[in-house]
Amino acid sequence: MLYYLKLTRAAEERIERVLYRQGKIVGGVYVGRGQEAIAVGAAIQLVEGDVVLPSHRDFAAFVIRGFTLKEIFCNWMGRANGPTRGRDNTLHLGDMGRGVIPIISHLGDTCPVACGVAMALKQRGEGRVALVHFGEGTTSRGDVHEAMNWAAVMKLPVIFICNNNAYAYSTPTEKQYAVKDLAVRGAAYGMPGAKVDGNDVLAVYSAVAEAIRLARAGRGPSFLECRTFRMTGHSAHDMAEYVPDKLFAEWQEKDPIGLLERKLLSSRILTRERIHEIEKTIEKEIDDAVAFADSSPMPEGPTALEDAYCGPKCGWEKTSLVPSPSSVVRNN
Amino acid sequence: MPVMTYLDAIRQGIWEEMERDPSVFLLGEDIGAYGGAFKVTAGMLEKFGAERVIDTPISESAIVGAAVGAALMGMRPVAEMQFMDFISCGFDQIVNMAAKIHYRWGAKVPLVIRGPAGAGVHGGPFHSQSNEMWFVHTPGLKVVVPATAYDAKGLIKAAIRDDNPVLYFEHKFLYRRIKDDVPEEDYTVAIGQARIAREGSDLTLITYGAMVWAALEAADTLAKEGVSVEVVDLRSLLPYDEQTVLASVRKTNKVLLLHEDTRTGGMAGELAALIAETSFEDLDGPIVRVTAPDTPVPFSPPLEEYFLPNAQKVAEAARKLAAY
Repeated sequence: MLYYLKLTRAAEERIERVLYRQGKIVGGVYVGRGQEAIAVGAAIQLVEGDVVLPSHRDFAAFVIRGFTLKEIFCNWMGRANGPTRGRDNTLHLGDMGRGVIPIISHLGDTCPVACGVAMALKQRGEGRVALVHFGEGTTSRGDVHEAMNWAAVMKLPVIFICNNNAYAYSTPTEKQYAVKDLAVRGAAYGMPGAKVDGNDVLAVYSAVAEAIRLARAGRGPSFLECRTFRMTGHSAHDMAEYVPDKLFAEWQEKDPIGLLERKLLSSRILTRERIHEIEKTIEKEIDDAVAFADSSPMPEGPTALEDAYCGPKCGWEKTSLVPSPSSVVRNN
Repeated sequence: MPVMTYLDAIRQGIWEEMERDPSVFLLGEDIGAYGGAFKVTAGMLEKFGAERVIDTPISESAIVGAAVGAALMGMRPVAEMQFMDFISCGFDQIVNMAAKIHYRWGAKVPLVIRGPAGAGVHGGPFHSQSNEMWFVHTPGLKVVVPATAYDAKGLIKAAIRDDNPVLYFEHKFLYRRIKDDVPEEDYTVAIGQARIAREGSDLTLITYGAMVWAALEAADTLAKEGVSVEVVDLRSLLPYDEQTVLASVRKTNKVLLLHEDTRTGGMAGELAALIAETSFEDLDGPIVRVTAPDTPVPFSPPLEEYFLPNAQKVAEAARKLAAY
């Protein structure tokens, strides 16, 4: 878990603070600094056949499901051999083979899609689940309502995870919703709802484990409100002057990486040296992936005309030029 | 060959595909026990069971979104919009989610969204629209509009077998008014292929959906006056059959474009541009449009009658063009 937390932090810092400023990443840059524990604590317990629909701030979900750093950096940098062949940006990466369906920029749309995935999973009867992440701002969209109601009515194996990071772009929660805790909405739809410390990866793990247990047992969906804080602006261009400094300072104390590190050190599970080794490994992995992406070709303009439709050579996700590895998949 | 209504042809097409392929399933509002607002899915729940004929909450966006999710999992969902007017509530899932997935990350999304569209039954502004062009402007989708029972069955089968999202616009005015020969053996009508509904030599009338029947009636009238009208039924709007359209224009040198949809931004404008760009030298007269005016569809019978194109209006325009 610590590895994935630190990998996310380091990779996103490279993206936001180096590659974006160098002009090697263009367009929007959205990261999940401060809220890494949610994706890690949730995705790490999925098994083959489960499907995750991460938000744009759930970097670790992609890595845990088997996307390589090379693939991810190629996509961020718009390269021809990225998983979208330069067609889409950021973490809009999908592959049904790895059970990952990416968001679109219209927030909330993946919630009904998760329901459809879960309908198919339920019909197969193999106890697999769909896990969908979205922000607290997204809960104001109608698609979230339609999906939560739908999943409850049909008793579908969906886990709805709200990454409540306190700000939707510049809009604070009090302008987004009028309840104290979004978690109460679970009961309103007829499903369990719980508020979780989203900065405590172990708390996230436990809460998601219980929701997954219910879903696998055919007992329907759950809603988890994971409280966290967005330690950046909405995107790289946003300085977040609208967020009081006091809040940043307060949440810095609750940083999910520091929290887990302290636990691991005090319980003598890890040493400082071992943590340092993990950090060095991560730096190396990122260096290699960035170098690979940087030397990868940009797409040829006319390839923009390909693939609007699925023709005879349908299903090109399997022909990605980047080898699909399993070396990064670590289940502990 | 059995004679069958347009509605029965749709039902039989879906029925046969569900028998043929266990991954095909239906979802929509009131489609199960009730059999659908127009009874297109009557008997399906009893035959195929509640796992494959799924009554949903009133949630058009979730109907489409769930269809996308199931399609990504290898299913072939056929989603019903109780009226195609309500498709606007699922618009985002169609144009942003379903239409763009293959282009973005290469996964196939084989799904069909079908339902009744069109006016002529005094349905008012929200049960009468011809809103197909909302989707014809969205790359990644396919859009089909059958006019005959034969095509209704052949196109629903082709749509279900297609690996892309297909929007299938049924014309509710035709449901029980149109009957024609429908073969018992398995067949499909290829998406993207128009048909010559009537051969002619003096003028080409290009249309689709219920207006095919107005066009044929107008062609009969003009035949009696010595004008030979060729009627092209597009059948598919996205992709549409450029070859058949242009071949007919080259043959008759005059073209009249007809649709029930409103005028501005309609299919006729697209066809006029195509013809002007590629076949300017073949034209012996102006490209003429007969369409509904740019208003919502009105309810009261005299208003609706005024709004809709019909055989008389078409014949009048065709007569003028023939004399040009």
